[in-house]
Amino acid sequence: MSIDIEKVANLARLTLSEEDKANYPTQLNNILELANQMQSVDTTDITPLAHPIEATQPLRVDAVTEENQRDLFQSIAPSTESGLYLVPQVINRAKTKETEKE
Amino acid sequence: MKYEAVIGLEIHAQLATKSKIFSGAPTAYGAEPNTQACAVDLGFPGVLPVLNKDAVTMAVRFGLGIRAAVNKRCVFARKNYFYPDLPKGYQISQFDLPIVGEGYIDILLDDDKTKRIGITRAHLEEDAGKSLHEDFQGSTGIDLNRAGTPLLEIVSEPDLSSAKEAVAYLKNIHELVRYLEICDGNMAEGSFRCDANVSVRLVGETELGTRTETKNVNSFRFVEKAINYEIERQIDVIEAGGTITQETRLYDADTNTTRPMRSKEEAHDYRYFPDPDLLPVVITDDLIESIRITLPELPDEKRKRFMETFGLNAYDASVLSSSRPLASYFEAVVKDCNEPKLATNWVMGELSGALNKDGVEIENSPVSAEQLAGMISRITDNTISGKIAKQVFIGMWNGEGSADEIIEKQGLKQVTDTGAIEKIIDDIIAKNPSQVEAYRGGKDKLFGFFVGQVMKETQGKANPKQVNDLLKDKLK
Repeated sequence: MSIDIEKVANLARLTLSEEDKANYPTQLNNILELANQMQSVDTTDITPLAHPIEATQPLRVDAVTEENQRDLFQSIAPSTESGLYLVPQVINRAKTKETEKE
Repeated sequence: MKYEAVIGLEIHAQLATKSKIFSGAPTAYGAEPNTQACAVDLGFPGVLPVLNKDAVTMAVRFGLGIRAAVNKRCVFARKNYFYPDLPKGYQISQFDLPIVGEGYIDILLDDDKTKRIGITRAHLEEDAGKSLHEDFQGSTGIDLNRAGTPLLEIVSEPDLSSAKEAVAYLKNIHELVRYLEICDGNMAEGSFRCDANVSVRLVGETELGTRTETKNVNSFRFVEKAINYEIERQIDVIEAGGTITQETRLYDADTNTTRPMRSKEEAHDYRYFPDPDLLPVVITDDLIESIRITLPELPDEKRKRFMETFGLNAYDASVLSSSRPLASYFEAVVKDCNEPKLATNWVMGELSGALNKDGVEIENSPVSAEQLAGMISRITDNTISGKIAKQVFIGMWNGEGSADEIIEKQGLKQVTDTGAIEKIIDDIIAKNPSQVEAYRGGKDKLFGFFVGQVMKETQGKANPKQVNDLLKDKLK
């Protein structure tokens, strides 16, 4: 297994310097090798571990406990308008009304 | 038909909780932008998600509703992708250990046969926010009120073979989530939406064709149109010697077409992994049993009972069991008048027509079940004919009182006095000698003419059966 550094950087939305592009693959491949080493252990009868803490998820009662704090949250936002957070335009199609979301 | 379609649906049902799946912010629809997005929904540093108990309960209710195995241990995972309406950079979802395992639902086809549609799984996840691309010069507006709203994603097997079947399945799931009171089913507000996976192949082929996914189709009508368009498009591509690209497409209702949504080089790579902020969820047998005893009679059970107990056909039973309020109304009418056939006709006919016309929900029907049953009883005891009953019904709809009051006030009681009807018939026979002669000469069709004359003379109040019997006798 080998790392495609450009792809990984793109997925993480990171811009890497040329120097990083040269160094990161080795470091990341070392991590993958460690994972490969662990893969060789026979885990047939072992339940996969989803969390290191041996506890189960506590559940909340379904009740509204949060008040509107929009002004406070938006006081640190770079740009807002009509109560919305403004971000650089994400699509070019002018006709689309709502997001083409996941 | 050279080609056949293979369709699977992914349905997102918004769970009817008061607060979000991992935070205490409200989920009410239509609030001012970002007034229902708290620090957890905004993904502020240091916040931790805590799971909403009712979201779990509702998912289990659904699992029991589709006769699925509820997984006693399920795990939340992070689905990683970047989009401005997803502040954390990942959506909390479930991947290899969903809360609901394999189940099924039976759909009714046109020929009254049922088809069993497999449901692969259903899992809990949080919704993302909303992006508004219009009205902001060079910017996109983000409203995170919807971020963190609990969703149940219901994934079907590719068991559907036409747009019609897909709509029937979608309607059945829609019916079920409302029966279970876990989702309000409001498609216009986005609380029930659907993505369709469609592929085509030659009849007889066992391998599946390459599929496309059509996103967020928000009405039953559009689902059918979008799927039909996509089937046609794929067949055209193949016929022209091309190949289908696996891609996500968006349905455009204005043009009734689908178009590719994002470029293929951005292949999905969500890098799922268990969310370290959330512990595995354990669902005990006791919890499952305590939920099971609160389940209502399910739509298909009700449909079956209506057919067996009341002798309804599959179609009528299916319409009358399509919502709990409608089914309760119908049952209340039958209970009071003990005439399932007449109750079916009146509830599905005049009543549904009037409700539709005036845009009234059955819960607010101006004619109560008791009133309708009272009117039906007057038909069966021969006080009024079915025809006059329509007049009585309109009176009840307009708030003029009970059937008995209207019959009394408007003098609609049927004439059942044999002597009186006989006298009218004698007059008519005397006045129409040529018709009498023609009838006796074998022109049977004229019988209707005589019935009409009697009804006219009695303003529709004569008992039709009595009129028939007496006329037959007199015209011999």
